[in-house]
Amino acid sequence: MTTLAALEGMDRLSSGDVLVAQNVAFAIMAITMVAAALRMVTTRNVVHAALYLVIVLAGVAGLFILLGAEFLGVTQVMVYIGAIVVLFLFGIMLTKGSFGEDDGVTGERRLMAGLVGLLVFGVMAAALVESFADAEISRSGPSTTADIADSIFSAYIVPFEAVSVLLLAALIGAIVVARKD
Amino acid sequence: MSGVLTLAVELAWWQQTGIRAVLGLVAVLLPAGTLVYLFLFKMMSFMQSRLGPMEAGPYGSLQLLAEVGKFLQKEDIIPEKADRIVFKAAPFVVLISTFLLVIVIPAGPDAWFIDVDTGIFLALAVSSISVIGILMAGWASSSKYSLLGALRAAGQLVAYELPLVLAVIGVVIQAGTLNVQGIVMAQATGEIFGWGGIGNPFILTQFLGFAIFLIAVQAELTQPPFDMPVAESELVTGYLTEYSGLRFLLFFIGEFATAAIFAALASTLFLGGWYVPGIDPTSDLFNVIGPVILLSKVILVSFLIFWFRFTYPRFREDQLQQLAWKVLIPLSLANIVVTGVLKVVF
Repeated sequence: MTTLAALEGMDRLSSGDVLVAQNVAFAIMAITMVAAALRMVTTRNVVHAALYLVIVLAGVAGLFILLGAEFLGVTQVMVYIGAIVVLFLFGIMLTKGSFGEDDGVTGERRLMAGLVGLLVFGVMAAALVESFADAEISRSGPSTTADIADSIFSAYIVPFEAVSVLLLAALIGAIVVARKD
Repeated sequence: MSGVLTLAVELAWWQQTGIRAVLGLVAVLLPAGTLVYLFLFKMMSFMQSRLGPMEAGPYGSLQLLAEVGKFLQKEDIIPEKADRIVFKAAPFVVLISTFLLVIVIPAGPDAWFIDVDTGIFLALAVSSISVIGILMAGWASSSKYSLLGALRAAGQLVAYELPLVLAVIGVVIQAGTLNVQGIVMAQATGEIFGWGGIGNPFILTQFLGFAIFLIAVQAELTQPPFDMPVAESELVTGYLTEYSGLRFLLFFIGEFATAAIFAALASTLFLGGWYVPGIDPTSDLFNVIGPVILLSKVILVSFLIFWFRFTYPRFREDQLQQLAWKVLIPLSLANIVVTGVLKVVF
C-alpha cells in the first residue's frame, strides 16, 4: 500500500540526504502561495480575493501531503476548500450581488492590518524558531490515518471532545443569533 | 512498484505517469460517453415513445461524435461584462474535480491509479471542489440567471454533501478502513452468517446507506428531481446560461463523467466494486476483467440514477432543503449509530 506521499516520490532516506524532488515541489508551491496570498490582500475585488484564498489553501494542502501528512492534507481540502471558501463565496454573492464592478474594498484599515500581520508573523516565527530550531522532521515514513485516529481517540480524547462541545455551542449560538424573536 | 498494470518490464516513472494520464482520460471519457448514449439518447427516448438519434451510425451510435464535432465548431462567446479569466477557468475547475475523483476508484487488485490510506475520504473531499467551479461560472457570467443558478447549486451541493459523507461512514465502519481497495476486499472476503458464497456486498447490510447515497448523488449532480440550479423554466440553464461551444461541452462532459464516477463509487462501496463471486479476489484475472465488471456495475447503478432523472418532477427549493436536513441527515446519523453498535456486538 502506498500513500500519497510515496507517490510524490518520498523515499525513506536517511537523515541528511537532500530530497531534490521535494525541494523543487516545495519551491513551486511556496512561490505560488506567496504570490496568491499577496494578490489576495491587494486585489480590489472580493470574489477574486476569495478565489486567491482557494489557491493559498490548496497550497497548504499540498505542503501537508509533501510532508507525508496525507489525512491532514485531505481534510484541508474537504474543510477549507470544500466548505469554508464555498460559504465565503456564497455569502459574498448573496449579499453584494455586484459583478464585474469594483466592490470598493477600502484601504483605510491597511495600516492596522499590516501591523497585526507583522505582529502575528513575529510571534509565530519566534515561537517556531524557539521550539524547533535545528530539529529535523522525522523521515521514518508518512503518518497513517489509523495512527491519527488512534491518537485522537486515546491520548487526545479530552481535547477532542472539548472541541466538539465548543463547536456545538457555536452552532447553537448561531441559531440564537439568527432567530428573530 | 505495481502500477496500473503489473508488467514484466519495469517502466520509468514518466512512462508510468504517461500511461496513468492516458488511462485516466479513458476512465473519464468512456463511461461518460456510454452513459450519454445509453441513457440520455436511448433510454430517455424509449421512455418517451420515440427512437432518439438514428441517423449517425447504426442505431445512432456515432451521434456522440457528431455532437462533439458540432460543439467544437461553435463560436466561443464570452459576455461583454463577464469576468473573462474566471469565466474561462470555471469549466476547468469542475473538470479537475472530476479527474481527481476518478483516480481513487480501483478497477482490479493491481489496476489502480492511487492506493491511498484516505481513499474514500479523498474522493469526497475532491468532489466538493466542483462547487467552486459552479460558483465561479455563475458569478463570472454577470447574468442574473447564472448567479441565481450558481447560488441554488451551492446551497444544494453543500446541503447534500452531508448525507453523502454520512452515508459512506456506515460502510467505512463495517469495512474498518477508508482505503477503497480495502473496502472492496472486505466485501469480497466477507461472510454472511458464516456463508462466504457471494462475499458480503455492503448493499445487504447498508441498504439504507445505499439509498441515501444515491439520493445525495442525484442532488450533487443537479439532475432532476433536484435540478433547480439549471431549471429551464425559471433560469434558462442556470449557471450554464452564458456558456457555449467548447466550454459548454466541458461542463457537459464533467456532469456525465461525474455521474459515472459517483455510480462507480456506489458500486465500489456497496456492490463489491471489481469483484464478482466465484473467483479468488487476489487472482490476476481481475486485473483484466475487473474494469469490465466495474463498468457493468456502473451501468447498473447509473440506470437507477437516470431512471429517477427521467421520471420524477422537480422539487421546490424548500422541499429540497427539508429532505436533506430533516430526513436524510437524521436517517444517516441513525444508520451510523446502529452500524456502530452492531459492529461492536458482532
